[in-house]
Amino acid sequence: MGILIYGFINSAILALLAMGFNLTFGISGVANFAYGAIYIFAGFGVWILINLLGFNYWVSIGIALLASFLVGVIIFHVVIKRIKGMALSEVIATFGVGIAGMEIFRYFGFIGSKYGLPSLFSGGITVGGVTIDSQRITIGIMAVVLVIFVYFFTRYTKTGLAFRAIAQDERTALTFGINSDKVGAISMGFGSCLGAASAILILPLGNITVEGGYDVLLNALAVCIVGGLGSSVGVLVASALIGYAQTFTAFYLETHWMMLVSLIAIALILGIKPSGLFSQQKELEERV
Amino acid sequence: MEGKKAELRKERIDRGIKARSDDIFALNSWREALFLLGPRAVPVVGLLLVGPFFSPYMREILISTASYALLAISWEFMMTAGLTSLGQSLLFGVGAYFTGILNYYLKFPWFLSIPVATVTGSLLVTLLLVFVLRLRGVYFSMITLVLPLMFMRLIEATRILGGTEGLTGLDAFPNQWVSYYLIMLALLFALFGFRRLQDSDYGLILRAIKDDDRSVMNAGLNVYWYKAQALFIGGCVGCFAGAFGTHYDMFCGMPGFALDYSIMPIACALLGGGGTFAGSVVGAFILVPLAEVLRAFGALRIVFYGSFLTFSIVALPEGLFHFLSRKYHQIERYVEVR
Repeated sequence: MGILIYGFINSAILALLAMGFNLTFGISGVANFAYGAIYIFAGFGVWILINLLGFNYWVSIGIALLASFLVGVIIFHVVIKRIKGMALSEVIATFGVGIAGMEIFRYFGFIGSKYGLPSLFSGGITVGGVTIDSQRITIGIMAVVLVIFVYFFTRYTKTGLAFRAIAQDERTALTFGINSDKVGAISMGFGSCLGAASAILILPLGNITVEGGYDVLLNALAVCIVGGLGSSVGVLVASALIGYAQTFTAFYLETHWMMLVSLIAIALILGIKPSGLFSQQKELEERV
Repeated sequence: MEGKKAELRKERIDRGIKARSDDIFALNSWREALFLLGPRAVPVVGLLLVGPFFSPYMREILISTASYALLAISWEFMMTAGLTSLGQSLLFGVGAYFTGILNYYLKFPWFLSIPVATVTGSLLVTLLLVFVLRLRGVYFSMITLVLPLMFMRLIEATRILGGTEGLTGLDAFPNQWVSYYLIMLALLFALFGFRRLQDSDYGLILRAIKDDDRSVMNAGLNVYWYKAQALFIGGCVGCFAGAFGTHYDMFCGMPGFALDYSIMPIACALLGGGGTFAGSVVGAFILVPLAEVLRAFGALRIVFYGSFLTFSIVALPEGLFHFLSRKYHQIERYVEVR
């Protein structure tokens, strides 16, 4: 029973992590490999606001979300806009930004296990003999809410439809009056904002570490690739698959193997069906 | 246009000496022979003869520069065949571990373990990636980004091959001179060999695969077979750097798969200028010594790699080498726009 519940929570965590990455990279086709950096930026940001500057918890969360949005928009305007269309350059350049962003925290001494965020709510409930704390319940609920929100947002709002349009055919999108730079920047900001939200929800479970940023990027990448870039259903299915697989390996083997599961999942899917389980776009372009 | 200031436009014209020595090899004039030979002699003379004038510490930096340059060249070579790798550390790590195994368990001396590890390591990498050679662009890059991390976690989880501690106490080179000249000769061989290869028919096929793989298929050539060969050749160079590093440090371990070895070569190649092997070397000889200077700042070093990578892509898309060779071959002047 415990395994099933913790597997579900783990899947919810993965879905949350992947959401922002999927929105930017999957849905609008803008590479955001600085995602891990934004994730820990939000985590450390909230920590600094609460512990060093003495802000209220909820106020700090608001500031962190806003700041992440702005960082996303700035990265888009400074870096991505200039190399737009060259997918590989986008990947490498944002990856460079990400590495720089993460390691700068290490330089300023944010190392070790003393950096943690407080939980949103205290307490917990017991289901079938397993106690779950309120943070994990919040994660489960928020994951479902956000997935549904993103699903409807990208299908029934103008901005959301524009996100998908610039990935499908930028020129056609332009003829419909979509300013692809503006939409790309908003998408990047939105994705970063979701990343920050997931950081605030997930980080209370453990410590904020620089290495965590790399793992976040890899996990998000794994979920998006396995599910198929740009597919919200794919994100759900893939995070359930990888989430349960990770929980089982952690339970029967060791926690060392958990990351390996994501990596093997990426390798397998790329080898067998590179467009992922649920993706319809770009089937022809990815292989010779 | 009247009343307005005349607009100027930049015009580039080949230098006369270039035009003359381009296809008629005008060896009857020393000037023209030197024009052709000069830039090619700089790396040869520089790398081989300058060594003795430096302190051992400086030579150490040159050695590590050369191994990054080799990784950058191998990245560039795979790139010319349309294989964009984000994980040169896979090559470095596999080469390093093969050498480690050969030396640690089988007691191979260094002059045997390095060539054997180079070839077998590259074979392994090729076999690992042969299933995904169909993938293009970003998809291929992602799998190369993931594989070295996977190996790292695998070694961490299974504790094989020394686990997190790695294999220590391996054979060293007899002295610094052997290692210095070994890596420099390898670098020169790779640099000039690949430049040659690029101009041959074989190189033409590889470049064509990058530009338009479907038309190469139309020409009746097996794209995957050529890609696999390119992977193997590029892999040999990368694995050699790893094998060399293992004996040089007398250690092989998980750091071989570290992000350092993936990021740095790409940064070198891009700073130096994509599409040229000499550019990768130029980039390495700027970035690696600079990184060495920054070593004192600890983690800031990686911040520096990352920002440099981004900077060179965004601000210097052409690269230094293209810039330099343009200055060497052409004159620039402003002319009035009519």
